[in-house]
Amino acid sequence: MTPRPHAAIFKQKLEGTGGGMHEVGVMESALGIALKRAADEGAQHIHQLTMRVGPLSGVVAEALEFAFDVLSQGTIAEGATLQVERVPIVCYCRTCRREFQPDDLFCECPRCHTPDGEVRQGRELELASLEVS
Amino acid sequence: MCKDCGCGIVGEVHIDGPEPGHSHPHGHEHAHPHDHDHPHTHPHPHDDPSEGDRRTVSVRQAILAKNDRLAERNRGYFKAKGLLVLNVLSSPGSGKTAFIERTVADLGDRLRVGVIAGDLETDNDAKRLRARGVPTVQITTGNVCHLEAEMVARAMEKMPLDSLDVLVIENVGNLVCPASYDLGEDARVVLLSVTEGEDKPLKYPVMFRTAQVVVVNKMDIAGPVGFDRDTAVRNIRRVAPEATILEVSARTGQGMAQWYAYLEERRRREKGHPPPPSPAPSAA
Repeated sequence: MTPRPHAAIFKQKLEGTGGGMHEVGVMESALGIALKRAADEGAQHIHQLTMRVGPLSGVVAEALEFAFDVLSQGTIAEGATLQVERVPIVCYCRTCRREFQPDDLFCECPRCHTPDGEVRQGRELELASLEVS
Repeated sequence: MCKDCGCGIVGEVHIDGPEPGHSHPHGHEHAHPHDHDHPHTHPHPHDDPSEGDRRTVSVRQAILAKNDRLAERNRGYFKAKGLLVLNVLSSPGSGKTAFIERTVADLGDRLRVGVIAGDLETDNDAKRLRARGVPTVQITTGNVCHLEAEMVARAMEKMPLDSLDVLVIENVGNLVCPASYDLGEDARVVLLSVTEGEDKPLKYPVMFRTAQVVVVNKMDIAGPVGFDRDTAVRNIRRVAPEATILEVSARTGQGMAQWYAYLEERRRREKGHPPPPSPAPSAA
């Protein structure tokens, strides 16, 4: 497989500095978990990784995909599909005692406009599953 | 992408502009929120002899669990030492270092402060603080755009924690990535300076909503730069309704007394729950 030129350059940059944007670190951890789990399962290949990402995790799916392409090279996950499931924000209004899904990143109740809804979902950043063989 | 650190901005990436499907002679890839088809050439599944054995393995593991675990360990350690620990965050240039310098200079012996300073490069901030006699450890992250709990744990080893009341962790100047990394702090203090615009809390809600204290800095120049204080406070309230908002100037000292009162109150609370003098190992 020929890596895309920009990916190759990016990888060089990564190797030179040992770090990078925060999605790279996140993806490194996710890939580490995946490779270990695949090894535990006795798998030879990882075909797909499914991650669950909420908007309040502070992580951008596109950057994860880019980092995954680079970091997976030379591993049993090379060429695998990274599926990112976006988890919507769910807030709870203590005044109205009900859950709601805001349209933005703010937990303002659409009914009573109380601004400090409790975040019940939307911070997720997890490796959900793997498809292996 | 974020110009400060090269990472993405929060939430969905939206690209505004004319709709595709007009007079584009070429078929390049338009930014796609999450394409599940094959954007690049990789070994096609049909080539794989083990295709038949494909199976799904449920993992369900939080990616930052390791950092969270280490942060909890830091927190326990800080608690045992009776320290008040603050994670100070802002964009580059909001005045974090000046704010901390002023704090340690004014507090003198009232509260003994140590600083862990995070920067991509240089130890200029640490030099500034050490020049004032403040115990300071610099973490230079290379190009990692945030501090992690493990870095703080290593820095702690070089810090005379027993002789301190307050440990200030000055994070890397960045309002995006550090939001995701718990360091084991008691409180997050997010700075916003008046030159940054009143809508900054709305642009970086993930960061601001984690703040226990929002400090509006450089209030001495609020007038000349046309800073709309009421709008800024409304925006902060919208994102972080329960945060303490302080309006200060680290340069002139305006409003800093409130900040010191906050620190002393928090510190009293920490002291109010002292750890047992000799913790029984069996309790773990």
